[in-house]
Amino acid sequence: MSRKASEYRSHVKPIWCPGCGDYAVLNALTRAFASLELRNENIMVASGIGCSSRFPAFLKTYGIHGVHGRPLPLATGIKLGNPSLTVVAVGGDGDGFSIGGGHIPHAARRNIDLPYIVMDNNIYGMTKGQPSPTSPRGLQRKASPYGSQERPLNPILMTLAYGTTFVARAFSGQPKQMADIFRQALLHPGFAFVQVLSPCITFHNTYDHYREICRPLPEGHNAQDLQAAMTAALETETQYLGIFYRDDQQLPYSRRLQLLRDRAPKLTLETVLDRFRR
Amino acid sequence: MSNHDADPTVVIRFGGEGGQGTITLGDLFTRIAARLGLEVYSFRTYPAEIKGGQVTYQTRLGLQRVLSEGDEADVMVALNNRAWMECHEDLCARSAFIHEASLEMPPHCGRGYPIPAAQIARQHEWERGYNFVFLGALMWFFRWDLQLAEEVVRERMQRHPQSLEHNLNLMQAGYDYARDHYPEPFPHTLPQPESVEERLILSGADALALGALAAGCKFYAGYPITPATPVMESLAKYLPSFDGSLVQAEDEIAAINMAIGGSIAGLRSMTATSGPGLSLMIEAMGLASMTETPLVVLDVQRAGPSTGLPTKTSQGDLLIAMYGSHGAAPRFVLAPDSVKDCYYQMFNAFSLSEYFQMPVVVLCDQAMASRVETVPYPNDLWGEADDPFPWCRPLERQRPTAEALQGDYRRYRDTEEGISPMSEPGMPGGIYLAESLEHDEYGYPNQDPENHERMMAKRTRKMEVARKMLNTWKMSARRWGHRGASFGIIGWGSTRGAVREAMAMLEAQGILIEALYPHSLRPMPDKEVLDFLDTKKAILIPELNFTGQFRRVIEHHYYKDLDVRDIHVHQLTKEQGLPFKVREIYEAVLKMIAQEREQWVAEQGDLVSVYEAVERLEEGANES
Repeated sequence: MSRKASEYRSHVKPIWCPGCGDYAVLNALTRAFASLELRNENIMVASGIGCSSRFPAFLKTYGIHGVHGRPLPLATGIKLGNPSLTVVAVGGDGDGFSIGGGHIPHAARRNIDLPYIVMDNNIYGMTKGQPSPTSPRGLQRKASPYGSQERPLNPILMTLAYGTTFVARAFSGQPKQMADIFRQALLHPGFAFVQVLSPCITFHNTYDHYREICRPLPEGHNAQDLQAAMTAALETETQYLGIFYRDDQQLPYSRRLQLLRDRAPKLTLETVLDRFRR
Repeated sequence: MSNHDADPTVVIRFGGEGGQGTITLGDLFTRIAARLGLEVYSFRTYPAEIKGGQVTYQTRLGLQRVLSEGDEADVMVALNNRAWMECHEDLCARSAFIHEASLEMPPHCGRGYPIPAAQIARQHEWERGYNFVFLGALMWFFRWDLQLAEEVVRERMQRHPQSLEHNLNLMQAGYDYARDHYPEPFPHTLPQPESVEERLILSGADALALGALAAGCKFYAGYPITPATPVMESLAKYLPSFDGSLVQAEDEIAAINMAIGGSIAGLRSMTATSGPGLSLMIEAMGLASMTETPLVVLDVQRAGPSTGLPTKTSQGDLLIAMYGSHGAAPRFVLAPDSVKDCYYQMFNAFSLSEYFQMPVVVLCDQAMASRVETVPYPNDLWGEADDPFPWCRPLERQRPTAEALQGDYRRYRDTEEGISPMSEPGMPGGIYLAESLEHDEYGYPNQDPENHERMMAKRTRKMEVARKMLNTWKMSARRWGHRGASFGIIGWGSTRGAVREAMAMLEAQGILIEALYPHSLRPMPDKEVLDFLDTKKAILIPELNFTGQFRRVIEHHYYKDLDVRDIHVHQLTKEQGLPFKVREIYEAVLKMIAQEREQWVAEQGDLVSVYEAVERLEEGANES
């Protein structure tokens, strides 16, 4: 490998608490960049709002730290604006599954060619510990003093149902596997969703819990088999890690729009104006 | 007097039930008139339902440029009873009243021309083509060439080949019926133009889309919303042919964020919406301001608040467009004042947005976006021969030099003008963070108190630079009437036509006033406005919203100038979902004169006609 992960890091020191799962994500993503020998200026990372969304500032790549919940629309626009870029959308579970939850099915529907990494800590960390869409029912915090009353989402099952062409889960406690999953997600020609179990050391420390229940996908798991992927996703007592599903045969969105442009008759302003002559 | 232009015009109003083909009828008739060489100007109002509800389409034809849709109908084409009920006040003794023969029409004030259109359509076993019977009859009444009409119908209905021949048969049948039953000359015709001038026939939405293409727009992301959708549909058709792309986003928030992404990646990007969508876009407009990203946001206004009157016109989004933001986020607001101007202001929007790296809101409205007008061919984009406004200057976003990229490149360098050369993803040496947090010159988060104030000043300074630039541009405002008059009108947007026509009417009576329509509402073209205010004693501010939003802006922005010059501000508001009638403006000016009588007499005391007009108005007021 001729590039080092550290070459993708900016001088900005992460604001994350010591022990935060997001450090592992930062390391794994920069390692994946390095393994693919990507040029820094050809990468752009878009994020929303939250602890994990501070991500782009820590990278020596183009980046945008946008408004809450909108990394996918931003990343979609960037990718369509310049399809030769490697575009990555990142954010947390509140950003991605709550305020921005409406964008995931449409990113999947379009098969926009970029990875979306959700650092899922099952809590709102930046606002100091309120239940998130993936918090377990009954979680007691200041905003839920009697225990939260909602059932957690199943992000893997949800994104599979949306028709996402690459669905994977990683865990901050297993950074090597995560870097490999990121590498595969970056190589996938379409929308790649990666849920990273990335514990919040301060407000919802789940390291031990996840170490206990995380397992590799069953031996012989066929990532081309959507039903097998869904079956594995339905299992919540055990959290499987790895690539649940992958279909590299679908045309990515930027390519589809390129084909539309290629097929369209070339027009000048004058020829269009002529169509409006009385 | 039915309408107020000195030049002869004919106003034709079509009324019917939604789904009866009233709009198709009006639209085809208008296009046929334009093809003949007449100048046209239309207006449509329709209900929020897809089928049912009353639809009105009004078109005005003239030999010279037409300025408004006209207040009163010379010809009424009524497809149902309600069409008569809703407009009998706008009919006059000379009105020709063409209506479905089988309907029981109340006694009317004009001459009746019943047409058994339903029966004719039934005989041809093509009841859907009911409206084409009227179209054929109109061709006879106006003595227009049926072949020319057929040509237009064929062009417009290419997509419906199965219906085309049936419809053409019914048009012929309508023509024949009218010819056999009404052989006498029709009272409302126009002389055939001697020559057919080079004209485009455009709706406001067409003009907006074409202006965007002319400006080099390459990326559009939008969400369907009445009445802005036609702009999206037009660009969906043409953008791929201009090496561009369009995405129908999942909501307005996604749309504007995609446009921001596309712009950062290097494309001239826009979105279009209406009031409810604009509300949703406000947060991301702040992001574009903060990250200094060029972005054009078109708002085709409809009557609010909330869902309001979604298919009706309004100018109620002015304040949210200008100031709607958390924190203070600089942005431009432009207001085209005619269909032709829609083309130019969209062009300007991209220029200003790219040059100043700032969001620009373009404020159109339902009436202007959906009406069609004949407009001169834009031969020279940067100034037409017959146009005193050579306003459009193509401006680009500034890119860093190769030298700057090799050195210590700072995306948000605090320059004298506040404008920092913007790199683009893919450029080596140009790496930066578009940071929604307050940031330093490199784009990295920085929450220091001094830094925040300094960067706020940097971003805001661009507005001041723009204000100065606008003062040197003729594009900044349109001004006409009696230069230096002491009474005037300041308005914005689509109300200009009615104001121009009202002023022509006033001038015919010796009442000379002056009008100013700024095209840039934020920043305001101060030099032009102050020069205008310099001679004024009283101004009228007409606008289509409930609270007088533009009046508030003017009073807020120029309170010292108004005070020093002791200028009295008069307000005319209307919030009915409909445009101004010419006579509403006309009467408001007379009322202003009546209230400022002392001033008026001192300035223009020898105008007897003014006293008379004002007295008539006062008598009218006393009687009611």
